[in-house]
Amino acid sequence: MMRFTRKLFNKTSLLPLSLAAFACAATLPMQAAAWEPTRPVEVIVPAGAGGASDQMARTIQGIIVKHKLMAQPMLVMNKSGASGAEGIMDVKGSKGDPHKLMVAFSAIYTLPIAVNLPFNWRDLNPVAMIAMDEFLLWVNSESPYKTPKEYLAAAKASGGNFKMGGTGAKREDHIITVALDKVAGAQFTYIPYKSGGEAATQLVGKHIDSNVNNPSENIAQWRADQVRALCVFSEHRMTYKDKVTKDQSWADIPTCKESGVDVEYQMLRAFFLPSGTSKDQVTYYAELLKKVIATPEWKEYVAKQALKEDYRTGQDFVKFLEKDEAFHTKLMTEAGFASKK
Amino acid sequence: MEELEALFQGFALALSWYNIGMMAIGIVLGIVIGVLPGLGGPNGVAILLPLTFTMPPTSAIIMLSCIYWGTLFAGAITSVLFNIPGETHSVATTFDGYPLAQQGKAGEALTAAFTGSFIGALVAVLLITFLAPLVAKFALKFGPPEFFAVYLLTFCSFVGTGKDPFKNIISMMLGFGLAAIGMDTVSGELRMTFGWSELLRGVDFLIVVIGLFGVGEILISMEEGLAFDGKSAKINAKVVLETWKKLPRYWLTLIRSSIIGCWMGITPGGATAASFMGYGIAKRFSKDGDKFGSGMLEGVIAPETAAHASGTAALLPMLALGIPGSATAAVLLGGLMIWGLQPGPLLFVEQKDFVWGLIASMYLSNIAGLIIVLSTVPLFAAILRIPFSIIAPIIIVVCAIGAYSVHSAMLDIWFMVLFGMVGYLLKKLDYPLAPLVLSLVLGDRAEAAFRQAMMGSKGAMEIFWSNSLVGSITTVALLMLVWPVLSFAWSKLGQLRSAGGSR
Repeated sequence: MMRFTRKLFNKTSLLPLSLAAFACAATLPMQAAAWEPTRPVEVIVPAGAGGASDQMARTIQGIIVKHKLMAQPMLVMNKSGASGAEGIMDVKGSKGDPHKLMVAFSAIYTLPIAVNLPFNWRDLNPVAMIAMDEFLLWVNSESPYKTPKEYLAAAKASGGNFKMGGTGAKREDHIITVALDKVAGAQFTYIPYKSGGEAATQLVGKHIDSNVNNPSENIAQWRADQVRALCVFSEHRMTYKDKVTKDQSWADIPTCKESGVDVEYQMLRAFFLPSGTSKDQVTYYAELLKKVIATPEWKEYVAKQALKEDYRTGQDFVKFLEKDEAFHTKLMTEAGFASKK
Repeated sequence: MEELEALFQGFALALSWYNIGMMAIGIVLGIVIGVLPGLGGPNGVAILLPLTFTMPPTSAIIMLSCIYWGTLFAGAITSVLFNIPGETHSVATTFDGYPLAQQGKAGEALTAAFTGSFIGALVAVLLITFLAPLVAKFALKFGPPEFFAVYLLTFCSFVGTGKDPFKNIISMMLGFGLAAIGMDTVSGELRMTFGWSELLRGVDFLIVVIGLFGVGEILISMEEGLAFDGKSAKINAKVVLETWKKLPRYWLTLIRSSIIGCWMGITPGGATAASFMGYGIAKRFSKDGDKFGSGMLEGVIAPETAAHASGTAALLPMLALGIPGSATAAVLLGGLMIWGLQPGPLLFVEQKDFVWGLIASMYLSNIAGLIIVLSTVPLFAAILRIPFSIIAPIIIVVCAIGAYSVHSAMLDIWFMVLFGMVGYLLKKLDYPLAPLVLSLVLGDRAEAAFRQAMMGSKGAMEIFWSNSLVGSITTVALLMLVWPVLSFAWSKLGQLRSAGGSR
């Protein structure tokens, strides 16, 4: 009994000391200017393994390892359930965890609108955007259509018998399809597949008439002359001038707008931390990503995937998010994709 | 013979000490991953992918594909020994594998499973070697109606397999119900989540399998007196040779399952679907069909051969078309792109060294895999000698870790416990578990394919007979469905007639 009380006594006497130590530790980050990860960093990919977001995350992981840009290891985790809602909700729920980074794409706007997901990008801490992904209008190379106008006119004349394939419902591919319907009266039958890769092979197998895949999703079929690119849904042409097929480079593909089809759509590729993380922590990752995108490996990656480099962080990034969100809300409401409460 | 020349160049490439070392490491890792339930091939390959960034691409893919072969081989081990499938494609292996183990024939069952796997893989690699371009073209013929027809065929070949078709159907419907939980990719809406965001991702079939089979089996064993029925299995060269002597008898099953497997791998149906279909069809056509489930060697060979053939064939559409035929192939696909290779129609033309090095390694690593798994069997069989009261808690813990690792979610462990109890109840009430698992695995894919087909045809059912390919698959599927009724009617008719004759 005696020993027990002494033990207890010792413990209480230690308390002020440990409190002081704790206070010391708490002030430490303020003294040291830079924050650094203290345990392995998890990168949450709210998309399936092998898809565009996953490839990007794993490429960045490879670059960080190769150039030793971070002392702690990095783990890429796929949380692709419910079209990515699983990953997004997981990061939302990890308040204050600076060792969890999320790869974001337009699902951060479309999911909450389409399925009433209790989420808004303001629930996270924006770190940086590193690129924009393009969308193109593709048809089977055996089809007679050479320009988007010809193709859309034929789609209109068919009275709704042309099939457009895409990834998922009420997401970017579907949004573009509805925009095309509106601009050209095309009345596509939209068929949602599980991935862009599936939409690509379905186009080659002529089970659909067209798709609006990202460059990376259709490049293999394009190079094999199985599909034809009609136009790109962006303001300016892509900048990559190296020949990808026998006679075409990405830069040779006209924009849809210059071909007389006024539809524009691009998708952000960005990173977020959970909310409740500090400014130092955001700065650390923003700087890390800046170093990543300066490497030759990254330059090679963006050229291959035909990504548009666009680095934004801080206020600049937040402004972009606000504008992009408003754009998506408008498109989704017009398309009738907003879920009824 | 151009292929043979390229293949031998591939062998020269794959046969370096470095690559053989990578092969061995890959297979052993694969076996470990395959034995642990929950931690499946896709996870294992994804975790190890970053390690390969600095390797030459050919060595990297050799190692990663060997992990894949390892998991394909090893899934059978726990299925046979404990009735707990280590991988989802080995669920069907439990049906006859576990009864065999209970009769003290675990060695035979494992040898048959591994050898069947090996033969399935061999057929698939031969197919890839000689018919790649042709087969790739065939895969392109598959649109939504064709996919649905294949799934329909899988379901239909399974309905009549149990003792009681109605219990089969009830169990299958439960599976469809569970598969519908979560986000519906066709409409983009949520279903049956009741506003609970944890249910967004749906019920993962891995968790259900771990619960139904793993935990359920432990509960049953507890009731039956705290011991595994499996007598300690003797495995030695003699058992292996004796089992091999019996195998030629099942040549038809081996061929049938290999074909089913290759087909399901190429048209992305997946190894799990292939194993169920292999089992279902073997049961339907075998002369001992009604003895299936009581420990038939044929019932072990059929699903294992189909699963491994399908897993191997799944690499073909990945290489030639850029579409992965399985989840693991999807991860490998990501790897290819990171190593700077573009899978697709031009890969066979532009990256000859890589492609043929990989194909050559498939021959070598499956031989190496067979030797390694056969030699680890005594080790695993020795586990059966550990007393139940020690091994059971360990199995439960391994199951829980497996369930957690699928999505890193605590809720999944509770689901596992829940499905463990469901599994116990269903077993007590004599409902078969397999149809539930089957429809849970394929339910949402079948549904998506059906709805995509209906969208394309604007609701006309004729689309399922719109060309000879889809038409014949659909017809065969429907015949399979009504076969039990027809054969019942036929025998009744025969009885009536003979009764009439005697009068």
